[in-house]
Amino acid sequence: MDLQLIMAAGIAVGTILLFAAVGEIFAERSGVLNLGVEGMMLIGAVVGFWTAVTTGSAWLGLVTAMLAGGLLSLLHAVITITFRADQVVSGLALTFLGTGLARVLGEGLSNAGSISLLPRFSIPLLSGIPVLGPIAFTEQSVLVYVGYLLVPVAWYWIHRTRAGLHLRAVGEEPAAADALGVNVFLTRYRYVLVGGMLAGLAGATITLAIQPGWFGALTVNGRGWIAIGLVIFAQWSPLRAAAGAYLFGVVVQLTLAMQLPPTILGIANPFFEYHPNTFFLEMLPYVLVLVALVLGSRTARRKRIGAPAALGIPYVRGERGR
Amino acid sequence: MTSLTPGGPRLSSPWTISLEPRLATSRWLSPALTAGALVVALVISGVILALVGADPIRVYIHILGSSLGSVGVISDTLVKSTPLILTGLACALAFRMRLWNIGAEGQLLLGAWAASAVVLVPLVPAGTPGVIVLSIMLVAGFLGGAAWGLIPGVLRARFGVNEIIATLMLNFIAFAWIQYWVFGPWSEGGFQLTPTFPVEAWLPRLSDLAAAVPAFRGLTVHAGFLVALVAAGIVWWIVERSALGYEIRLIGDNPRAARYAGIPIARIILLVFAVSGGLAGIAGMAEVSGVIHRLQDNFSPGYGYTAIIVAYLAKFHPLRVVPVAILFGALVLAGREIQPSGVPAMIQGIILFCLISSEVFLRYRVRIVRRLPAHRARGTEA
Amino acid sequence: MGSDRDPPPGPDRQTVTAQDPTAGIDPPPAVELRGIVKRFPGVVANDGVDFALATGEVHALLGENGAGKSTLMSILDGLYQPDEGEILVDGVRVAFRSPRDAISAGLGMVHQHFTLVASMTVTENVLIGLDAPRFRLRLDRAHEEVARLAEAHGLRVDPKARIWQLSVGERQRVEILKVLYRGARVLIMDEPTAVLAPQEVDELFRTLRSMTASGHSIVFISHKLGEVLAIADRITVMRRGRVTAAALPAAGATRAQLATLMVGRTITESHERAPGARGDVVLSIQDVEAQGDRGTPALRGVSLDVHAGEIVGIAGVAGNGQSELAEVVTGLRACSGRVLVGGDDVANRPVRSAIQRGVAHVPEDRHGVGSAPNLSLVDNLIMKRYRSEPIASGWAIDEAAARKVATELKDAYEVSAPSIDTQARLLSGGNLQRIILAREIESGSRVMIAVQPTRGLDVGAVETVHRLLIQRRAAGAAILLVSEELDELLALADRIAVIYEGRIVGVIDTADADVEHLGLLMTGGDKEPTEPARHVAGGLAG
Repeated sequence: MDLQLIMAAGIAVGTILLFAAVGEIFAERSGVLNLGVEGMMLIGAVVGFWTAVTTGSAWLGLVTAMLAGGLLSLLHAVITITFRADQVVSGLALTFLGTGLARVLGEGLSNAGSISLLPRFSIPLLSGIPVLGPIAFTEQSVLVYVGYLLVPVAWYWIHRTRAGLHLRAVGEEPAAADALGVNVFLTRYRYVLVGGMLAGLAGATITLAIQPGWFGALTVNGRGWIAIGLVIFAQWSPLRAAAGAYLFGVVVQLTLAMQLPPTILGIANPFFEYHPNTFFLEMLPYVLVLVALVLGSRTARRKRIGAPAALGIPYVRGERGR
Repeated sequence: MTSLTPGGPRLSSPWTISLEPRLATSRWLSPALTAGALVVALVISGVILALVGADPIRVYIHILGSSLGSVGVISDTLVKSTPLILTGLACALAFRMRLWNIGAEGQLLLGAWAASAVVLVPLVPAGTPGVIVLSIMLVAGFLGGAAWGLIPGVLRARFGVNEIIATLMLNFIAFAWIQYWVFGPWSEGGFQLTPTFPVEAWLPRLSDLAAAVPAFRGLTVHAGFLVALVAAGIVWWIVERSALGYEIRLIGDNPRAARYAGIPIARIILLVFAVSGGLAGIAGMAEVSGVIHRLQDNFSPGYGYTAIIVAYLAKFHPLRVVPVAILFGALVLAGREIQPSGVPAMIQGIILFCLISSEVFLRYRVRIVRRLPAHRARGTEA
Repeated sequence: MGSDRDPPPGPDRQTVTAQDPTAGIDPPPAVELRGIVKRFPGVVANDGVDFALATGEVHALLGENGAGKSTLMSILDGLYQPDEGEILVDGVRVAFRSPRDAISAGLGMVHQHFTLVASMTVTENVLIGLDAPRFRLRLDRAHEEVARLAEAHGLRVDPKARIWQLSVGERQRVEILKVLYRGARVLIMDEPTAVLAPQEVDELFRTLRSMTASGHSIVFISHKLGEVLAIADRITVMRRGRVTAAALPAAGATRAQLATLMVGRTITESHERAPGARGDVVLSIQDVEAQGDRGTPALRGVSLDVHAGEIVGIAGVAGNGQSELAEVVTGLRACSGRVLVGGDDVANRPVRSAIQRGVAHVPEDRHGVGSAPNLSLVDNLIMKRYRSEPIASGWAIDEAAARKVATELKDAYEVSAPSIDTQARLLSGGNLQRIILAREIESGSRVMIAVQPTRGLDVGAVETVHRLLIQRRAAGAAILLVSEELDELLALADRIAVIYEGRIVGVIDTADADVEHLGLLMTGGDKEPTEPARHVAGGLAG
């Protein structure tokens, strides 16, 4: 097992979760819970892949994937923001719709052959840093580097700009924001759209860069839900979400790598000896999410950090929530 | 009255949608809206099907024909609806409390596993009479599902962990758990399925009575369907008549009021999660014992997820779950042969969307109104 | 430009004539509303309302809850659009589609319920909704600006503090800062004194005076006669959506006259009440300490006895531990110490054990805690006794019995609702409170905890609540009444305990109580003599 390669692959895999989680952070910070991440990721994955197959351009696929994810999220926005329907149910519906639609659109794409992927390259100078360089800055996909940029940008946007101030105000106290002339509906539409586009990007990151190909619903395989869990664990902070996503990616790669060698540290590898044991390795990421949620909820209780106060509550001018 | 145009003052459209809360609704409005939502959903799905090159009319005719076209396929539809009734009840019960148990799928799998264990371990000696074997399997199925339901229950009640994520993660874990057993210890000759159960562990079918009633020949509907109907009756009594049902209603509407009224919320979360999981577990037992007679990989086409829509369409009412589940049983049955394979899931999603959108008409009077003549506010440009 | 329908703003007002260089030319009002009509489903909230605010005056808008004051001002603030009528600012017709329009026209509203984001700093709250800066928040510069503005108007508050760390009075200052920072010349203050201690009210009034002196105009919305007479230059009274008296000069007005205009009949201001037959101690709170929602100490050693047949009032500025005290007694909050009900300790026990020992609770938050909004009146009325006869039968609920009980209670407490199947959320505040009182009183309680039982109710409903509490006292219940309205406590309580920062700082027989002293205790001013009280309190309140 080459630990360095595993870490590098983990960061690449973590980038998928990172995009989806940061997108969901934006949506939830505005007060809209969008449980449809899985569906939006699948739509992004299939539309991006289909575009790349038909036009030959992975870059174009990236654009259409984000548009498709955004379009799907607008449906959620109309239903929850304008029609004030239950955000949980609408998010579930979005998952069903996205999953079904992606499978319909992806019919026949499984054996579409190979596509040209998004470029991979090393960053001069940075790749020379000991330990970190080979892991984080060597032969990674361009999207991994986009991920590195997205995290500080998202943080700065939320905490240090006028738009971010309004975003937080709308998610915490929409009535206060409204009274001060912030357009609550428009703000929520915008960030739900941003969330959808980032989820679409996350999907395309799978099919166009990190794990290319279309494998039906297995392409995303629950990672949309994991991203939502990550948001709770990260307490709505892009920085913590990034840490969680990369850590998670590394653990997933480790579990994959552990299936291969006949012995680990001189001990007979139970996952090599008896193949069904590897199903326990497959459970591990999901167990890890549960553990993270328990730990996350405990620190949140201790530090009294909570979800955005208006999360999940439709805003109606003149009604005092709840 | 609220202007809902998202652009607010920036958009200069002279018309705006206005929502006024409805104080009273007429009796027929809700069923009419539900029916309307279904029709709209089928129209939208049809358009999408046409766009991807399928013929929507033929797809719908195929669904009807292959689910309700003859006594034989109606029986098959009832077979498919059996796990949907049970998991639909599981969801309806939990959703009434606004406890989002999305884990009926995993609880179904664990119920199936526990029921299989009774036969495969085996927990009963060979030659035990069928009634006893089946009773034990039923209890095991309930307990298996209940145990799997209790995990998110404990996480929620004790640690405040979001039950949506927890139940979903447990679905994936349950899936891998089943795979381990059917690929590993219980595998028959290295295939991903277990040996067939002995006949004592098969739920009786109508076709078993064909000797006496020739018309029953080939009818696959099994005793699990009866179990599901009985379960619907019991759940109805719990939610509509019992003190526990009142507590569930109160917690669902306002947990703070429930706490104030002295209701031990944590205990009821655990109880509801256990019963909900147990119902889904029985669905799993009915599938392995009534339909496939063994445990195998991938035997559920997502009953536990479809159940969410079933529960929602039934407005969380246990008795209405039955007809709705039969409707969706038809969709699942027909869906096996429909190409592209994602069509049933897509239609389900669209139905759910249309349903929740239709509810806005139930809660509000929706009107398109003309804006007041626009006077430019002084100093807006400043 | 002046209106031809309204009496033009009188040139005899001292404040305006004193500073207005154009006196005699008849300046247009700073703000004028003409013939405003606003309908909501089922009600006409404003029915042809005229209102004119002159520059530099404090103009009170007086009326009961539900008279239409807040709706009118929400229209002026752009939150609602009127169905008919027009708005003029400095004589120019305007239409506000949102609060943003109102702000840019120089109008700012200070809401009764503060609209602040608790997790943000004072400065961040001030900056919300502004067009500048375009992109990057220069927080350091903004901190300085806010501090300077606060200084200029005597509004003491730390710009870097987070809202949840501030007292209620400080939060109100932030609200005022928000509108001043936007350059508002007209301030609309909705019930600004409702949550303040007497000394804080004095400080607010000084701020308002200094603002009118610098050319600001203020609409002061209130239902409290005394305050309106103390601060206003002119008074407009509303009742049931209409104006019953327009722009009365405050100088000549009397309380009785205003009260009659406000409620349409004369109201009796005090209840006759028999001297109580005080019995044994029923509720005994001993050395209770508890944490608030944020983990900070909320109760720091509270001890208090309540006897049968006695009302003990808890006076205090909001947020000094009253809510937590009520929750500790009813079992909703963990604590250290003992809470004895008839000798049994109910502290840290399940809520049900307090209920079973006869502790009734009229909670502060009628909608959020006291009722289930989407459930029927039946379900709301049986909340505390669905597990006992005759409603319970085994594990089932006897629906017929429940409906019978609900019908009886609905009639006995004169709840006006279409039927017992009506959803609780459709009831008015007064009717909802009748439901809650009916439920709590009829569960056969020995102890009753009533928290802000009359907040937000109209005069008729307030009288009902007061009557019911006095009846309960006569029936021998031990009542703990938490209220921020000193008048209410003075009218109802036998003794008043003042709570400040989680401690009982004084227990006073109502007969010996005076408002000044109570106010001093409520702000932590201790037992100083009453004469220099204002200065001491002013110094300590911040």
